Amino acid sequence: MSDLASLPRRIAARAVGHALAFVARFITAVRADWRGIEPVAKQRVYYANHVSNGDMPMIWTVLPGHMRRQTRPVAAADYWLKNRLRAFVGPEVFNCVLIDRRPEAREEDPMAKINQALSEGSSLIIFPEGNRNMTDDPLLPFRAGLYNMGRAHPEVDLVPTWVANLNEIMPKGEIIPLPLICTVTFGAPIHVAEGEDKDTFLKRAADALVALAPEGRYELTSPEGRYELASPEGRDQSAPPEKRDPDQGAPAP
Amino acid sequence: MNMDTTTDIVLLGLAVFGILIAFTIAGEGMRARLPRGESNPVVEAFVMRVHTWWGLAILLTLALLLGRIGIILLFAFASFAALREFLTFARKRRADHLPLALGCFVILPLQYVFVALDWTALFTVFIPVYAFLLLPIVSALRGDATNFMGRVAETQWGLMICVFCISHVPALLTYDMPDGSDRSILLIVFLAMVVQLGDVFEYYAGRRFGRRKIAPDLSPKTVEGMVAGVFAAALIGAVLSWVTPFGVLGAAAMAALSFIVGMFGSLVFAAIKRDKGVKDWSHLIPGQGGLLDQLDSVIFAAPIFYHVTQLVWS
Repeated sequence: MSDLASLPRRIAARAVGHALAFVARFITAVRADWRGIEPVAKQRVYYANHVSNGDMPMIWTVLPGHMRRQTRPVAAADYWLKNRLRAFVGPEVFNCVLIDRRPEAREEDPMAKINQALSEGSSLIIFPEGNRNMTDDPLLPFRAGLYNMGRAHPEVDLVPTWVANLNEIMPKGEIIPLPLICTVTFGAPIHVAEGEDKDTFLKRAADALVALAPEGRYELTSPEGRYELASPEGRDQSAPPEKRDPDQGAPAP
Repeated sequence: MNMDTTTDIVLLGLAVFGILIAFTIAGEGMRARLPRGESNPVVEAFVMRVHTWWGLAILLTLALLLGRIGIILLFAFASFAALREFLTFARKRRADHLPLALGCFVILPLQYVFVALDWTALFTVFIPVYAFLLLPIVSALRGDATNFMGRVAETQWGLMICVFCISHVPALLTYDMPDGSDRSILLIVFLAMVVQLGDVFEYYAGRRFGRRKIAPDLSPKTVEGMVAGVFAAALIGAVLSWVTPFGVLGAAAMAALSFIVGMFGSLVFAAIKRDKGVKDWSHLIPGQGGLLDQLDSVIFAAPIFYHVTQLVWS
């Protein structure tokens, strides 16, 4: 009975999903580059760089329909439950796994929710940096979640997923997205190796992700694991390196 | 639209489809001659291009049959897709976000509105004067001087070629035919066919007979290919002279002129791509790279063709 009552909502969620994918394609002509995996329905955790609220919809858009229905983005409950519209889009359109970022208000362990979704056979989209990256570094240090998922579900492929160009399409604080071409690159899957410790694994995972950046100009410059532009001749050729807040790019203790 | 004009569009469409059928058969023939299980990358690329041309020809024919609105919407979208590719590689910083958004979502649509309304005096100056003065002001208000000249120049040139130049194709609709008919829409077909077919001849003749490169560091284009392209374009122009007010010789000359300007336009785009270190502008059109890779010669030919038509044959 409740299934029947929710049918209009489910249809509406489908329609909104298609509309969002259409808008994403219209603005950015977003395209998938399947470099390390095939677009087949295997259980995977797509872990991606995070610079804008647009990254998750971009990855979601380029996944073929049969994979999209199997894939659930892991997202912040405080963001997606803020108002009724978001509470519809997040949980119902994107079928998000909502986790609470605030330890003090938490009722459930976020890792338990993620593990449950994985046990049910869902694929996930996660942003292991935890927050949007506002620095000039390509990635912030990863949180431990990815390692824990890889340990608890060794059969699941962990797929590095680089979303290119979104920091220019929709920088933080801007509301109008610029129409620029966006590419989502899927790399070869990785797994936690036998006896591999957390830090070694997270660094390997970050390396695999940064290697997919089409700019291809990042290299490891410091032993603490900070990436920098390999050569300043990027898109912004004569731009001087911007001042960096010393705390932001530093690795987590 | 007049019945005669519609009939002519259908006739031209059928002729184009005839050429494409010939190309398709040629491609399949080359495929069939290969030993079983083998494939030749040159043949595959040709077959893929022919498929894409089918799509583009069908799209253009449908837009032409819809008339003015169809053509204007089609080219407005072409401008949008071209600008998207150009700006992806243009130099820009956070401070340029608003001016770039204005360029894409305000200036581009307005330019096509002016074309649709036939406000010639406005659409010829709107981008090179008003947009060029307004957008740097908006950029400067954000107070970021880093590489200011370079940023402004690159993004504005993007607007110039992707919006201003491309909008001259539908602007041909505003040309008043000397006999008062509504056949100016056929000038679009004329321009597209002479430039595109000239390109095809230039490309394949250049590959076969080409010796002397025009700009060796930029592009494989050769003098021999160019000569073949000019003659092919002039010939096609002469054959199509019945859709134009130019007469046979005039049509051949207009076709040759459009082809030459277009070919050098294509060379300019090769230089930009070399500068930015990219092979194709995007992956929008299978087998042809981006829309800009496909349209580069038409972009340069369109304003020249428009102005010469207005000046010499009005």
